[in-house]
Amino acid sequence: MTVLLDPRRLQSRRLSRLPDRAFVGGTGAVGAGIVALLVLILVLLATNSALTWQTFGLSFVTGTVWDPVAAVYGALPFIAGTIFSSAIAIVIAAPIGLLTAIFLAEYASRRIAVPLTFIIELLAAIPSVVIGLWGVFVLGPFLKVTVESFMVDAFGWIPIFRGPAFGIGLFAAGVILAIMILPTIVTISREILVAVPPAQREAMYGLGATRWEVISHVVVPIARSGIIGAIILGLGRALGETLAVTMVIGNGQDIPRSLFDQAQTLSSKIATSFNESEVGLQTSSLIALGLILLVITIVINVVARVFVGHATAAEAGLR
Amino acid sequence: MSISRTSRVTGLSLAAALLAAACSTGGATTAPSAAPAGPIDSPTGSPASGGAAIAVPTPPSAAITLQGAGATFPAPLYQSWFDAYGGLYPNLKIDYQAVGSGAGIKAITQQTVDFGASDAPMKDADIAALPSGTTVLHIPTALGAVVVIYNLAGVATLNLDAQNVADIFLGTITNWNDPKIAANNPGVTLPDKPVLVVHRSDGSGTTNAFTSYLSAVSTDWSTKVGKGTDVKWPTGIGAKGNDGVAGGVQQNDGAVGYVELNYATQAKIPAANLKNADGAFVAASTAGVTAAANAAAASFPADNRQAPIINGPGADTYPIASYTYLLVFQDQKDAAKAQALVAFIAWALTDGQAAEEGLGYAPLPAAVQQKALATLHTVTTGGSPVWP
Repeated sequence: MTVLLDPRRLQSRRLSRLPDRAFVGGTGAVGAGIVALLVLILVLLATNSALTWQTFGLSFVTGTVWDPVAAVYGALPFIAGTIFSSAIAIVIAAPIGLLTAIFLAEYASRRIAVPLTFIIELLAAIPSVVIGLWGVFVLGPFLKVTVESFMVDAFGWIPIFRGPAFGIGLFAAGVILAIMILPTIVTISREILVAVPPAQREAMYGLGATRWEVISHVVVPIARSGIIGAIILGLGRALGETLAVTMVIGNGQDIPRSLFDQAQTLSSKIATSFNESEVGLQTSSLIALGLILLVITIVINVVARVFVGHATAAEAGLR
Repeated sequence: MSISRTSRVTGLSLAAALLAAACSTGGATTAPSAAPAGPIDSPTGSPASGGAAIAVPTPPSAAITLQGAGATFPAPLYQSWFDAYGGLYPNLKIDYQAVGSGAGIKAITQQTVDFGASDAPMKDADIAALPSGTTVLHIPTALGAVVVIYNLAGVATLNLDAQNVADIFLGTITNWNDPKIAANNPGVTLPDKPVLVVHRSDGSGTTNAFTSYLSAVSTDWSTKVGKGTDVKWPTGIGAKGNDGVAGGVQQNDGAVGYVELNYATQAKIPAANLKNADGAFVAASTAGVTAAANAAAASFPADNRQAPIINGPGADTYPIASYTYLLVFQDQKDAAKAQALVAFIAWALTDGQAAEEGLGYAPLPAAVQQKALATLHTVTTGGSPVWP
């Protein structure tokens, strides 16, 4: 006790807190810097697109015409292209991703699950330009002569399946996006399924349930909100993906009316047009597209966090 | 070696032509600064044959790096010029970024480069956006043509009149066996295949030239779409850059698109013969572009901002030709750089012209070359001319 209360010792302890405080302050500043960066980006996008909002107001969001010659700009074709291509991606990737995650978490032995998980995660590491090239040269031509020509022949009388299909358009972009968001959905869903407390499964098995009954009645319902969160995180990635989509979506100018029409997403429009855009309203309108995309992405991510947060809370409650 | 030899010969003949022109017209077509003391100067640089050559200035001997940015279309030509000129003057290094015409105009406006490059001349709004008190000169360097490329198995030659081209790009002709196309192609079996239009997704001088053509030949086009570097395409797939459009056409049977002549030549993609103002179907060639340029040379504007040359007269004239420009500030801040820049451009406008045809560009007509050199004479540094 006497040793601890030695004033010289206390002095040195106080000194030793200095790096500690510096560290706390430093990490706090870096963290605050990241928040400030996001705010700064929002502010810059808003101020640099001010001309567009002054000129068109909110009708910029609902405008269907993007005509640089007439200096009329509207974002709806690109908002539609973004939402439709991401929706197609989710419709394809969500069931495949969930089934894969169930297989990895519940059925696969370690010897299969570990390498398979690694390969799926590797899919996320492929640069999007490479996926885009593959989309242009392999996937597009393949879809054109198989799935697309079949659907046009069989269901072409339904407006949304109307041809002609060229292998470059909304559908091809959706398939490419599905491939790109699959790793996100699989890995997060798998982790959430694995996190379901073993006691829950054991109780079901104790009641004589089959494996299918355990998965469908206990594991998936408990993990449900986490899985939805995983899918929404995948959606967030699909919304912002640029390069691969630009290469296969066909960069059409109108709101797509068929699955096989050419379309354009917010990010692909910015990527293809920004370099050559004219100073003034055109540049301002492209920046406004960026602002719209950022707002959509933030909303989607917040929703996803809420779902994942619920899932974790639910697990904590169960434990 | 062979390039420098041919260039000297061409330079010679051009100079002779210039001299003849200057003498015969009594200076009526020459700009003020192309005064007798100016570009035509027989003693200096005159080869043994005794003919007159244009004496071009030389860059300073110090190590200098010039930076430029702009149009992608002339980039292969400029690169070959930089290589050849770098061989003559190893102390001079020129960096050029082929970022696109619009970006080139932005770069020179923001003064981040020593020279810009653009296919479409600057608009009045672009000029208004320049820093106050500055003037940017347009110096034409070469001409190109926009060609309509297609991908139709078994169709080796395709003739299209202006209305066909407009209808295809408007989306009113949707199948290759359309009677309107067939009427221009007797004896050719056109397949029953949907037409896939491939256009640029980015802004482009190529698009400006092509839509100028469509606006000139079709009232439907000019009222519904109009002309510009970026337009609202009524139909088709968008692809980035000349190479993107070329790739899109090559990828899809039944596709049609438009690219610069040199891209079509180098990628060996078939291009349609277009009907010109004289009613003849002409294949795109540098000769057809030269014919168009010569026919329009007399009306070349004083500020060099020549709009695309559409449907010029003459049996050999190709209907879509356009100039490409270097953009330089009239008053240069750095005297050494100014000297190097003027020397290089003067060389490019004379000896450099010989490299053009081999690369798929058309050299400047003599009258336009003279105007370009006269413009170059007006460049100043610190108030005094760089090349008096």
